[in-house]
Amino acid sequence: MRNILVLVRKEFLQIFRNRQLLPFMTVLPVVQVILLTFAANYEIKNLRLGIWDLDQSASSSQLVHKFTGANFFQATDLIDNQKKADDLLMQDAIDLVLVIPKDFEKNSKLQNSPPAVQFQINALNNSKAGIVQNYANAITQDFMSELRGNANVIGSAKIIPVTNFWYNPTLNYKTIMLPGIVAEVMTLIIILICALNVVREREIGTIEQLNVTPLKKHEFILGKLIPFWFIGHFIFWAGIALGRLIFHIPMVGSLGLLELFLAIFLFVPLGIGLFISTAVETQQQALFTSFFFIILFILMCGLFTPVETMPDWAQWVNQLNPLKYFVEVNRLILLKGSGFAEIYPFILKMFVYGIGINALAIWRFKKTS
Amino acid sequence: MPYFNFSPAERQTKYNLMKKFYAFVQKEFYHIFRDTRTMMILFALPIALVIIFGYALNNDFKNIPIGILNQSKDQTSEKLIHRIVGSGYFVVEQTLEKPQDIPKAFKSGKVKLVVFFPSSFQQDLYHAKKAPVQLIADASDINTAINTTSYLSGIIGEFNNENGRENSGGVQLSSRMIFNQRLLSVYLFIPGVIALILLIISALLTSVTLAREKETGTLELLSISPISPYMIIIGKVIPYLILSLLNSFIIILLGIFVFGLPMVGSVALLILACFVYTVASLSLGILISTRVETQQAAMFASLVSLMMPTMLLSGFIFPIESLPLPLQLISNIIPATHFIILIKSIMIKGAGISLIWKPFFILIAMTAVFILVSIQSLKRNK
Repeated sequence: MRNILVLVRKEFLQIFRNRQLLPFMTVLPVVQVILLTFAANYEIKNLRLGIWDLDQSASSSQLVHKFTGANFFQATDLIDNQKKADDLLMQDAIDLVLVIPKDFEKNSKLQNSPPAVQFQINALNNSKAGIVQNYANAITQDFMSELRGNANVIGSAKIIPVTNFWYNPTLNYKTIMLPGIVAEVMTLIIILICALNVVREREIGTIEQLNVTPLKKHEFILGKLIPFWFIGHFIFWAGIALGRLIFHIPMVGSLGLLELFLAIFLFVPLGIGLFISTAVETQQQALFTSFFFIILFILMCGLFTPVETMPDWAQWVNQLNPLKYFVEVNRLILLKGSGFAEIYPFILKMFVYGIGINALAIWRFKKTS
Repeated sequence: MPYFNFSPAERQTKYNLMKKFYAFVQKEFYHIFRDTRTMMILFALPIALVIIFGYALNNDFKNIPIGILNQSKDQTSEKLIHRIVGSGYFVVEQTLEKPQDIPKAFKSGKVKLVVFFPSSFQQDLYHAKKAPVQLIADASDINTAINTTSYLSGIIGEFNNENGRENSGGVQLSSRMIFNQRLLSVYLFIPGVIALILLIISALLTSVTLAREKETGTLELLSISPISPYMIIIGKVIPYLILSLLNSFIIILLGIFVFGLPMVGSVALLILACFVYTVASLSLGILISTRVETQQAAMFASLVSLMMPTMLLSGFIFPIESLPLPLQLISNIIPATHFIILIKSIMIKGAGISLIWKPFFILIAMTAVFILVSIQSLKRNK
């Protein structure tokens, strides 16, 4: 026990002495979290609308008004031929072309020949294109029912969907992005420092000196892990506290429970870093291997892209992604106020994962090499 | 100054210098390619990443787990449920009994949305002619909440329509999806992944290599050689330039042949874009290396300060136009932003140089700035 404490003290001294590295592990990640949270926004507004009105009638200009009146669209260009439409789409100057056909007004008064309205949508961003299409369809249909009056709707019953958004009624992205990004940045730093630290000792040969001390293998490793465990705590709670101050992120559930999860969770990235350090020879290799896992974890954790739509094999592999669990637990505790009963399975999984990966790393770790 | 202006003796020294430089570059090549393990990592990891992300990352909307709470249990509600399931977008994960069960279903995280038919549903439908059905979404996952409610509203609208309950407004709507007819998400993700991987690999490689030379003192050793310090740096970077370019071609070929990314535009322009971007990333790596003392500092500086901002501010994850203004400005000084525009414009849209000279110009200007600042730092260090 005393041995571990001595080693922990030595590691802390080394960390605080390194003035160039210290900010990268502490202040910078927190600053980054705050800055990046401001970016968290998928909200689509002010879409640039090109208008190609072949009818030039009162009704068609009313339809155009209906579009530009909605917050969602802003008219930018009048278009009179396909070439111009293509050019503007190519230059990324517009997101959508509204094509109103000739005889729009005439046909809309007839019952049996409905007018055809076309949208040409820039679909490079597929999810955005889907939303644009939904909006454009809804606006046009609304307009047409107004135009024709509701005469034919009366008399038939209608099911009306009423939407309720629970836990985040204002659909504020920042409330969920901030804790998620904090967890990501923290995991990134922890894996990296842990992987690099041990490899560095081996590269510069100081590990040889430790070999002649009475330290045991597990003591050495615990002494390495504990300081980083504290750094992880610092990054996480500093990020969450600032998030509370700046973005007023909700904290419905118990922070104690979140801390319990964090305390156990941290052994997973620590173990992964340690494991990487046992599998590589140089710091450069450690770095690239860490980069590989970190980017996989971050992009597949469900914060930026949905987890449910991944193919089965990817979901299966993703069971090993610690961040996936963290993002889920953040949502459960901070937004939904889930209690110990709901969080317990996550804690258990992290506990088993942590023990497993660390055991694997310690087994691979050869003190003498 | 043209070569023939020199006297024969001067010409001889120039020639010797070139020969020495060449020998130096050759030595660097040996250094790098000898290390097979690092080579493996450098080529295998990016390929693995692109393949995994190409298949796994998608926002295609399907199989969303939902819960059904039907207190009405009449024919219409059953038909609508059948319709919702039949759409293929949703899977009924849980059937709830009472409204009090909803929070529990959400807290366990099993369902993303609950469709709630109140017991008065049938009565409302036939007497009031308007029957509300509640779509209760778990908005702790906002994108899914927005998508599920809007798809469900669409299905309910169609359902009304088919059963003659609502007039669709009597208009035929058609949409042409330009550049991406099948609305594939790889068009969005692959260019982003390429930009991110190339930047990290190139910047990381150079910054770490140069920092290692500094740390171990071999850079000082080189500085007493007859080759000028700038030549030394260029000589160190050339092998990495070739490595990174090779990497970028492999990744792009993967994108085209495995993930069906189109290649509409000119191949020469694409190669030029890769070259310009790689040089920009490498010079960013040089800049980082001049500012740090140790390998570890170089690594943290490149990975910590480049990875997340590049991912989130380059238009890869969040659309640039929805960023707040100060962040849009930052987005503009991120090389990946411009490279993503270039890749999309050349490969998918088939844009010519007249449309995309701007991102090219910005990348070249950035490279110039990185190099100038690096030279400044090098001079000051002496």
